[in-house]
Amino acid sequence: MAEPLVVLKDVNKHFGDLHVLKDINLEIGKGEVVILIGPSGSGKSTLCRTINRLETFESGSITIDGKELPEEGKALAELRADVGMVFQSFNLFAHKTILENVTLGPIKVRKVPKAQAEKRAMELLERVGVAHQAAKYPAQLSGGQQQRVAIARSLAMDPKVMLFDEPTSALDPEMINEVLDVMIGLAREGMTMVVVTHEMGFARKAAQRVVFLADGQIVEQATPEEFFTNPKSDRAKDFLGKILTH
Amino acid sequence: MGEIFANYDIVGAVWKTIQLAVLSAIGATVIGTIVAVLRVSPVPVLRGIGTTFVNTFRNTPLTVLMIMSVLGFSFLLGLQIREDFADNAFWWAVIMLSLYHAAFVCEALRSGINTVPAGQAEAARSIGLTFKQSLLEVILPQSFRGAIAPLVSTYIALIKNTTVAAVIGVAESAGILATITENEGGSLPLFLVFALIFVVLTLPLGVLGTNLSRKLAVKR
Repeated sequence: MAEPLVVLKDVNKHFGDLHVLKDINLEIGKGEVVILIGPSGSGKSTLCRTINRLETFESGSITIDGKELPEEGKALAELRADVGMVFQSFNLFAHKTILENVTLGPIKVRKVPKAQAEKRAMELLERVGVAHQAAKYPAQLSGGQQQRVAIARSLAMDPKVMLFDEPTSALDPEMINEVLDVMIGLAREGMTMVVVTHEMGFARKAAQRVVFLADGQIVEQATPEEFFTNPKSDRAKDFLGKILTH
Repeated sequence: MGEIFANYDIVGAVWKTIQLAVLSAIGATVIGTIVAVLRVSPVPVLRGIGTTFVNTFRNTPLTVLMIMSVLGFSFLLGLQIREDFADNAFWWAVIMLSLYHAAFVCEALRSGINTVPAGQAEAARSIGLTFKQSLLEVILPQSFRGAIAPLVSTYIALIKNTTVAAVIGVAESAGILATITENEGGSLPLFLVFALIFVVLTLPLGVLGTNLSRKLAVKR
């Protein structure tokens, strides 16, 4: 494995009395695509959101490219600029056009001149197949298109790693593949990705590793092929039994 | 009626009302926005300051604030804004109207902020915007649009509340109405004229507000 880009050491988090992350230790190498999978409430989304500190944690440490996650403030904002995030509910800025959504970060955070940011944004929108929608507002696009714009918005920051928090869960079935295709393309180009998803087809095609979580703990890690055909733990067998029988 | 218009500077009084309203609206908007930012900030001390401000000014009668300004601050503590008595009262009225309505502007904005889904702020932070940038670029522009209706109500109330400045001798519409009534006796048509003046000032604002909130509504 390449030198780890993201390192989580003994990360613990509570929501009140609920211990949602228990001593999480995880290393993600440069260019690696890791799938976080697990039953509802297992902490997989929370873990994903903890990596760019949208969720705080109480103990342990998270480092990204050798830098430890700082406290809330300017330094954290700088670090977040290097970590792309794609949400289940897209979260495009509702009052800005598609083009403005993609150029906001580069212009405000990276201080890229507007013309240059727009040129690059158009290239990215072209790449995810929504360039002809650049002047529209998010509400005018379909869910699949919005999610592809969200991916372009993250890419515009040239992130070192991208986090995907159930990127296809809010989509109509016929729109899932258009988003997954873009993600598979990214994976092939060597983007480091952490993806919370139940899309096994995507896992098999693009991921190097599946991390199975249950009750806030990492129960099992394996290659997608190994995990889906021959899970080791009872918890994973039980979980796969439930999602594979249909 | 014509005689009254000739003998009293009614136009000047209405102009005073408009000046009071416009200056106080600007003051209330600026202060109210700052207080709203304090109230949503991640720092507990700042939130406390914002909450205290709102509770203080929202729960104190405007008349009490007005009287306190001139009788309390100016006469007892010697806090004169201007040498001239009428000017001093006018600027105190602007300050008190601004502070009082800032509390309401703050709460209108906060209700606007609540119309912005949490995901918008998360997305803003995740592309590396600082707290200030997230507010200015993403949260506040959407909040203002969601807050147009309650803001318009606040501004309409402010325009009518300028009449409270009459209690500290500011020669605005209600002040001159009181003076005329005292000198010439009460006259129903005159009351109606003044009521109408306020309708003319406030009604277009309401219509504008409705149109704006329809036009600028953030589609989700």
